[in-house]
Amino acid sequence: MRLSSTARAVLATVTTLVLAVIYLPLGVVLVNSFSTSTTLTWPPPGFTLEWWGRAFRNVGALEAIGTSVQIALGATAISLVLGTLVAIALQRYRFFGRDVVSLLVILPIALPGIVTGIALNNFFRTIIDVRLGIFTIIVAHATFCIVTVFNNVIARLRRTGTSLEEASADLGAGIWTTFRLVTFPQLRSALLAGGLLAFALSFDEIIVTTFTAGSGVTTLPIWIFENLFRPNQAPIVSVIAVMLVAVSVVPIWLAQRLAGADQAQH
Amino acid sequence: MTPARRISVFLSRFSWARLILLLTAPLFWLGAVYIVALAALLVTALWTVDSFTGEVRIEWTFDNIVDVVTGALYQTVTLRTIGVALLVTVVDILIALPIAFFMAKVAGPRLQRILVVAVLMPLWASYLVKAYAWRSVLSEGGVWASVVEPFGGQTPGYGLPAVVLTLAYLWLPYVILPIYAGLERVPNSLLEASGDLGAKTWRTIVSVVLPMLKPAIIAASIFSFSLSLGDYITVNIVGGASQMLGNLVYTNVGAANNLPLAAAIALIPISIMIVYLAAARRSGALENL
Amino acid sequence: MRNTASRRSAIFAALAIVSTTALLTACGTASGPGGDDGGLPTELGDFEGSVSILAWPGYVEDGSNDPAVDWVSGFEDETGCMVDAQAYGTSDEAVNLVRSGGYDVVAASGDATLRLIAAGDVAAVNTDLIPSYDGVFDFLKEQEWNSVDGQSYGVPHGYGANLLLYNTEVVNPAPTSWDVVFDGASAYSGKITAYDSPIYIADAAVYLMAHQPELGIENPYALDEEQFQAAVDLLKAQREHVGEYWSDYLKEIQAFQTGDSVAGTTWQVIQNVLEGEGATTAVVLPEEGATGWSDTWMITSDAENPNCAYAWLDWIASPEVNAQATAYFGEAPSSEAACDFRDDCEAYHAGDEEYASQIWYWTTPIADCVDGRTDVECVDYAAWTEAWSEIKG
Repeated sequence: MRLSSTARAVLATVTTLVLAVIYLPLGVVLVNSFSTSTTLTWPPPGFTLEWWGRAFRNVGALEAIGTSVQIALGATAISLVLGTLVAIALQRYRFFGRDVVSLLVILPIALPGIVTGIALNNFFRTIIDVRLGIFTIIVAHATFCIVTVFNNVIARLRRTGTSLEEASADLGAGIWTTFRLVTFPQLRSALLAGGLLAFALSFDEIIVTTFTAGSGVTTLPIWIFENLFRPNQAPIVSVIAVMLVAVSVVPIWLAQRLAGADQAQH
Repeated sequence: MTPARRISVFLSRFSWARLILLLTAPLFWLGAVYIVALAALLVTALWTVDSFTGEVRIEWTFDNIVDVVTGALYQTVTLRTIGVALLVTVVDILIALPIAFFMAKVAGPRLQRILVVAVLMPLWASYLVKAYAWRSVLSEGGVWASVVEPFGGQTPGYGLPAVVLTLAYLWLPYVILPIYAGLERVPNSLLEASGDLGAKTWRTIVSVVLPMLKPAIIAASIFSFSLSLGDYITVNIVGGASQMLGNLVYTNVGAANNLPLAAAIALIPISIMIVYLAAARRSGALENL
Repeated sequence: MRNTASRRSAIFAALAIVSTTALLTACGTASGPGGDDGGLPTELGDFEGSVSILAWPGYVEDGSNDPAVDWVSGFEDETGCMVDAQAYGTSDEAVNLVRSGGYDVVAASGDATLRLIAAGDVAAVNTDLIPSYDGVFDFLKEQEWNSVDGQSYGVPHGYGANLLLYNTEVVNPAPTSWDVVFDGASAYSGKITAYDSPIYIADAAVYLMAHQPELGIENPYALDEEQFQAAVDLLKAQREHVGEYWSDYLKEIQAFQTGDSVAGTTWQVIQNVLEGEGATTAVVLPEEGATGWSDTWMITSDAENPNCAYAWLDWIASPEVNAQATAYFGEAPSSEAACDFRDDCEAYHAGDEEYASQIWYWTTPIADCVDGRTDVECVDYAAWTEAWSEIKG
């Protein structure tokens, strides 16, 4: 689109400003991770590297990260499968109750976390009587992560159309072969984007997690919640947050590159 | 013919069989787990709690629902919560539109990629850490105060404005992404055609871009609206003395151990979201989510 | 200072029998502590190899958060009982979690204990099987929040008072009364803070006991309709001046450091942290007295590992461990001997009976008035919770 240079400049300025505001609190967190204050006071009274050293030796935090990764991987895997199935069904077929199915997929993310949380808590404890733990958290997270995969896959399916699949079938390929060699490669970057978002959603979820985690399961958000209220632990929480943001660049960047490469192909 | 091949032939012949294969697992998951859980919760709203031991008793009554519908407390808090959720959504969309437009239509491919990463990265700093960071920013003598005080401004302090600000901040990436994706779907040729036909930039945006973007905007608003509607942690951290619907539900589950009343209160956000989704569906947003 | 109501005791006795019978049946086939006529175990069996504990954050530290803070490993080495711990945020959450099952031991404050006992969620404890119990301060034993009719339901852990914290630069002259957060709150409007829990209504009741004697409040946890209404009205008036309510202590510490709050209830440990950070604050035990907490280690009635649970109760009450745990959390220890392992007992007034007698320890308000009145019905905790939501508005 031909935008006037003023319009471009205005847009660039707004974008820069918004990004500045997005990173301002993160900057505060970064500074706090070096602060000598144990209670995150502002401005910091002094600076130290102590928390960084302690964070790396903090077994509780590392274990919590491990648990969260495990849960997020489980939830992501389930939602990748279920989300793709629903997306194909809704995009490729017309059937009675299609609207209801699409509503069903959206509902877990559209209803507030606390509603989902207490409903699932009640379900697990009183209806099917399973002990709360990693398993129940994965089930709960997968339920609301399906939608992110679904969104990405259905958008991709809509764009790619069915011509390639039909060609494949005309050439005698079976339904599995067609999926493996034609449909799946087309979906790959959409799955990656959806999966990444699902992973992020699960990794940082606290409300539903609170209600579906049993004794002894500490995910990272729960660990953070507990440690913010412990003597001398708040700065370590800042360190962990900074590290997570730094580490997250890698998967996001990779996903972006892959998606970019995919787009270039089409 | 191998069995797999045979199934494949069968499936390619009958589309209903394919459909069943596709839908069984997801429908079982969403139906047998989520819908059953929700239904059980709603039924609980019609039960009561033994005030002495605090255990749920199966005794059918409409008391909880009547309390929630007629109680002045619930009405005030519901209005406050809807107000906050709407404001958060509006603020997020207003901020997301220009930045998403810049990302999708102005920035080059490389810058575009960097911007997406920049928008996504904050998602990984924990929710709680970010909320506490806003607490620092908004405190007396905090970053906000030190920036605006030279100009005679002052920090909004802790309260509803702080809640709106913090929630808008937390959900912004979730709003930018769908709008950005929606904008990417608007073909550049269309914008150029509009320009060729003599439309000014603004005219193009208002009459071409926005109508095409409407479903994406509504889809994005579902995220920020529903996430705000159920929040109780942010309001605790920066909300001063205010409470929202999420707090009432949380208090009744946690403090009062009164699941029936909590379930009755939960009906409020559930009905609000259902109305919202129905409206969104009419506009075709769900199709484009 | 506090009397026990006979009627309430009778109800509890009945419930206790029901719950201990339940325990007995549960242990019937297991190699749990052997029981006899009273339903109480009289001797301990073999350790089961694990124990699941529910406690306030900072009560069960295994060194994973800070290698220097570890009193779990020693227990695991000594008994072979592997500890599986979960922390909770509020007393109410604790009650819920215990009911969800799966825990052997719970550390509960007095506003949770009676609810747990009444519902049969926790079992009576034979203190003879807990050698460390002997050393516990007498004024913590057989209190209404940890015992029913002289039957102990657990081992006291640590205790403390909900003090008045104020900013010494802003609040002048130094307050000696809760007046500064109630009738005098308008002087610091918008900068008053209060503890975010229904149990805070008792703080208002303590104030009313001194300032409106005509209400006849004898115990802040036993309020009849009229007394309760007066406390609620007081809190609604206070609400106008409250900047924020606090429930986690980081929140209160920050607010006092930045000056967002200048007066309100607090715990001693918060003042200690503030002092360490060089803030201009001080605490006082106001002349009206104060509410406070005394936590109790209890064993759940469906405990799968009762022997390890008893072993934990003994371990956590032993002087050195108790000193370590209570010092880390910031409260007074439960025994004189524990003070040998701490150098800050004075700051917490540990063992000071005179100080302790000014504290109204958190107790669950129930319909049968805990002050012994039988002619009226008291407002129960469910109503306290409802009122608290309404006070906040």
